[in-house]
Amino acid sequence: MDQTIVFMTIAGMCAVTYVPRALPMLALASRSMPAIVIRWLSFIPTAVLSALLLPSLVLQEGAVSVSHNEFFWAAIPAFVLAVLTRSFFGTVALGMAVVAGTRFFLM
Amino acid sequence: MENGTSTWSEAFRRVAPLAMGYLPVGVAFGVLAQKAGLSDLNVVLMSLLVYAGSAQLIAVGMFAAGMPPLTIVVTTFVVNLRHLLMSAALAPYAKSWRLREMAAFSFELTDETFAVHSTRFNDGDVRKPLSFRINMLAHCVWTLASWGGALAGSTIPDVKPLGMDFALPAMFIALLAMQAKNGLHWLVAGFSGLVAVVLMQAGLDQWSVIAATVLGATLGTGVETWTRR
Repeated sequence: MDQTIVFMTIAGMCAVTYVPRALPMLALASRSMPAIVIRWLSFIPTAVLSALLLPSLVLQEGAVSVSHNEFFWAAIPAFVLAVLTRSFFGTVALGMAVVAGTRFFLM
Repeated sequence: MENGTSTWSEAFRRVAPLAMGYLPVGVAFGVLAQKAGLSDLNVVLMSLLVYAGSAQLIAVGMFAAGMPPLTIVVTTFVVNLRHLLMSAALAPYAKSWRLREMAAFSFELTDETFAVHSTRFNDGDVRKPLSFRINMLAHCVWTLASWGGALAGSTIPDVKPLGMDFALPAMFIALLAMQAKNGLHWLVAGFSGLVAVVLMQAGLDQWSVIAATVLGATLGTGVETWTRR
């Protein structure tokens, strides 16, 4: 792999990541937004996280597959732990352990 | 309180739970990036310059699949658009900051540091030095964990037996549990997730995330506006 092209890609990723992080704070620190916009924005984190997450849990090679999908089954205890403890480390560690265990014992 | 004293040990205490989450995900990112063919230097540079776990892991998957650089950059943009809201939400607390302080602070604004700062600011702790110390420590942990992963990568033949490919979905699960405050949020989450699955099955991979996000947020706004009347 050409590491120069990789670095150029990283530079582009840096730019498109930084602008949405900085612009609202720089522009809005002294202004206020309409209530309906704030309400709409308040659902964005939930919506985007779920849109990224669910396909990775139920799709395998583009088709819905649950029964032989270790990600789907590992997500259930991970969700329970996340809701109960709100722990990043616990959720990631448990999820990875369940996936590793499933692969070791069942596959 | 704005410029009140703070110590590094206080910042360490604040960062500890977040760092415990960054460690496994950062290591997993480093290992997967090494396996995808990125040099150790580029792994460290990506963690320093991009500093967005989910986008970095998605980008590594796309590098491994041989996707064109422009597609990777556009996907990164879409995935990281959610930071708009976080930046806007913290803006009122930065009113008295200098522009370059805002510029530096927002460079290190992630899902995780946002969660720490929004909690602190809500509790009335708006100390600027502590805010920057927390950001710097979290960024260090993330970068060092990725570097460690890259170094370990060559000695790990396959990440699948370790379940490392589940690090990203697991982190999303933890973040979702923190974001979803009530039943309406879970409705939005379920709806957006299903729309994304349907669109991906229809072959619209490029647009599934942004379309599902826009539709989900609009549904949530509509239901909330309608039930409040």
